[in-house]
Amino acid sequence: MSILAINGLSLRIGETEILHDVSLSMQHGEIVAITGESGSGKSMTALSVMGLLPRGAGAQGQILLDGVDILQTAEPDLCQMRGNAMGMVFQEPMTALNPVQTIGAQVAETILIHEKTTKAEAHQRAAAMLERVGLKVAPTRYPHELSGGQRQRVVIAMAIALRPKLLIADEPTTALDVTTQARILDLLQDLVREFDMGLLLITHDLAVVADVADHIVVMQKGRVVEAAPTAELLTNMQHPYTRALFEASGHVVQLPERGGVGQLLSVRNVVRDYPARRKVLFGPRPMVRALDDVSFQMDHGERVGLVGESGCGKSTLTRAILGLEEVQRGEIRLDGEPVFTHHRPNLAVRRRMQVVFQDPYSSFNPRHRVDRLITEPFHLLDDPPQGKARAAAIGKALGDVGLSPGDAGKYIHEFSGGQRQRIAIARALIIEPELIIFDEAVSALDVSVRAQVLDLIADLCRKRPLAYLFISHDLSVVRTVTDRVMVMQAGKIVEQGETEQVFTNPQHPYTKTLIAAAPKLPELSHAVETV
Amino acid sequence: MPGLSTGRDVLDALHFITMIRYALGRLTSLVISLFVASLVIFAVIEVIPGDPAAFMLGVNARPDTIAALRAEMGLDQSVVTRYFDWVTGLLRGDFGQSWTYKTPVVDLIADRIWVSLPLAIYALILSTLIAFPAGIYAASRRGGPGDITIMGATQLGVAIPNFWFAMILVLIFAINLRWFSAGGFPGWGDPLQAIKALTLPAIALALPQAAILARVMRSSLLDMLGEDFIRTARAKGLTRRQALWRHAVRNALIPVLTIIGLQFSFLLAGGIIIEQVFFLPGLGRLIFQSISARDLIVVESVVMLLVFTVIVVNFAVDLAYAAVDPRLRARA
Repeated sequence: MSILAINGLSLRIGETEILHDVSLSMQHGEIVAITGESGSGKSMTALSVMGLLPRGAGAQGQILLDGVDILQTAEPDLCQMRGNAMGMVFQEPMTALNPVQTIGAQVAETILIHEKTTKAEAHQRAAAMLERVGLKVAPTRYPHELSGGQRQRVVIAMAIALRPKLLIADEPTTALDVTTQARILDLLQDLVREFDMGLLLITHDLAVVADVADHIVVMQKGRVVEAAPTAELLTNMQHPYTRALFEASGHVVQLPERGGVGQLLSVRNVVRDYPARRKVLFGPRPMVRALDDVSFQMDHGERVGLVGESGCGKSTLTRAILGLEEVQRGEIRLDGEPVFTHHRPNLAVRRRMQVVFQDPYSSFNPRHRVDRLITEPFHLLDDPPQGKARAAAIGKALGDVGLSPGDAGKYIHEFSGGQRQRIAIARALIIEPELIIFDEAVSALDVSVRAQVLDLIADLCRKRPLAYLFISHDLSVVRTVTDRVMVMQAGKIVEQGETEQVFTNPQHPYTKTLIAAAPKLPELSHAVETV
Repeated sequence: MPGLSTGRDVLDALHFITMIRYALGRLTSLVISLFVASLVIFAVIEVIPGDPAAFMLGVNARPDTIAALRAEMGLDQSVVTRYFDWVTGLLRGDFGQSWTYKTPVVDLIADRIWVSLPLAIYALILSTLIAFPAGIYAASRRGGPGDITIMGATQLGVAIPNFWFAMILVLIFAINLRWFSAGGFPGWGDPLQAIKALTLPAIALALPQAAILARVMRSSLLDMLGEDFIRTARAKGLTRRQALWRHAVRNALIPVLTIIGLQFSFLLAGGIIIEQVFFLPGLGRLIFQSISARDLIVVESVVMLLVFTVIVVNFAVDLAYAAVDPRLRARA
């Protein structure tokens, strides 16, 4: 008998249909991945199985967990099953744990609420489980003392403490670095084998899906469009949406030849220290070195990638280049001009560079119209365009990113995530900067939208020589949109070179680790050989 | 696991040390706040234009009376000396001599603080006892009839002026039912009678505060119930109620503690009207009478005492934060 069988599950919240006739099944020791873009209903399917649907949701159909229909089970019995027969791991390890309880207590709680056992015994078993998931810190630590990867291990320990038959993991590695992601995925696979559980893996990342799943379910707008064993699905995709999804994930941008000559940006021996916590009251503050003797150059029209894991100094470097923070040592010059003069940002330099940030939802003031939003960089100019010239500049910037001048009068909430990111790029382009910094600019976007935005960037390069620094944790994206790449680790640039060179023949051990850890998409046309 | 238990001891010790460090850090800021507050109060009353002695005596005072008062207040000395004398006096417990009562200010305060402080604590306990269950109940039944009733009641509680409510209390419980006396304070000779005398004023003070506190508790809890870790707790198999009590309440306490700290300061100093309604000889009445009588020496000292209390209460609230939230200890 299958451990989980969903038959004809439909879900409505109010008048909106969220899921329509979803069916899937799973055997013991099997990993089933549900994939699709945002709004496809992946997470709602998972929450339906846990019986944790939001208020006002009406579900129809059947969800059989080991023969028991979840939809027909009363809430008290569901509480008995959650954590016991089924466990769940969530996306955001930073917020999934109670900040005011120790991690040991939180794992022990799973045991204590389901079994009649002593506190000491539960804590001991919790400690053993934390050790099993590879956590090397004491159970008396609080969540804020742990890294994202460590916290995710705690969440996993909590979910599997009672060895449930079914583990649901909703984007368990999306918020993690690639090397951490690889270790967490390994751990999940090990646990599935060891405990003979079923794992329902929800992820948008097709490379992860292809890597770890036994069975793939592709969802679009609340419907299952295709479901098949992994090998079969990868070699023989039936549905055009599945194919489009995989193509967009592995999207290769036609990057035009780079234009421009001569040096644009020079970063020389830059050091940035941050004060850390005092060890002794009133004692000297120890320093944390965020940037450690960083040097590199960029030419006009050059497209450079910067990769590295969280905390490696990427953001600090961005802020230093933009002149948002002064560095303690070293020098940053744009076209020979320093970004900081006499401890003040140099406006003449500042107006020649712009930045596009990650989150298209929070990086705009919701009360301003698009024309006001995208003309914000005008305050850097001594003589900003007025009247007709201003309207023309707005129209041109919007046109450049594929929007219409008519959009200038709208508010930001009227746009989708991808459109917002286009507006962010328009805002950067409007003063025609020589350097744009893309700080994880496509990381929050769905694959199809991401492919479009990457194409847009390539298009912009075609129109005029554009130099940019493209910062991303996603190696495959960096590979397709840059000429040169730099790898950063612990505040140092450990390797830099021509992008293809670095990716095909990495020299530094850290670069090798990063590339090896990144899950790879199977080559679609040669899928038969790779699988 | 013996290895692990020693590790735990070390960590417990570390947590203890961070807590101590946090407390010392807060204590430093307390001392600095007190110093700054003393400077401001001194400056406002003694240095800012006009002669305090002339002000206290009014427009028709004779020059020689003013001169006598000036000498008595030490106004003929330099500003620095006067400030220094005042502060060292405060530290020694010598608050000076009241001009109108002709008694040491410290005695005036000592008499009254034994009314105001217990009243404030009493009111705070009542308000917490009402607000916590009401806020938690309302949050756990969001949108239900219980929630709507409680929120309606708190709306009313916030809107009703406490002196009017006090008079209603007197009407019902003192005049009609005769359970309590309508006012006055018998002293602490018989503690039971003292508490009884403070009960109606405490209720009058507490209810509006409870209404505010219940609303804060409810909204803070609702914020917490939307957090990811509540969903995690539910996925572990906790019922809605268990998740609320075990995971949401403690996290929701931080904003609630802030309001409690502010309310205590208000209750201590802001009871003037209630003290007036119930004829209670408290600090509020003292400061009110001193201001009417232009007795700046008393005003200055009482204000400093209130500021001192506010700062100490804030210090206590800071410690309570750290006890609730381990992340704050780390940020010392």
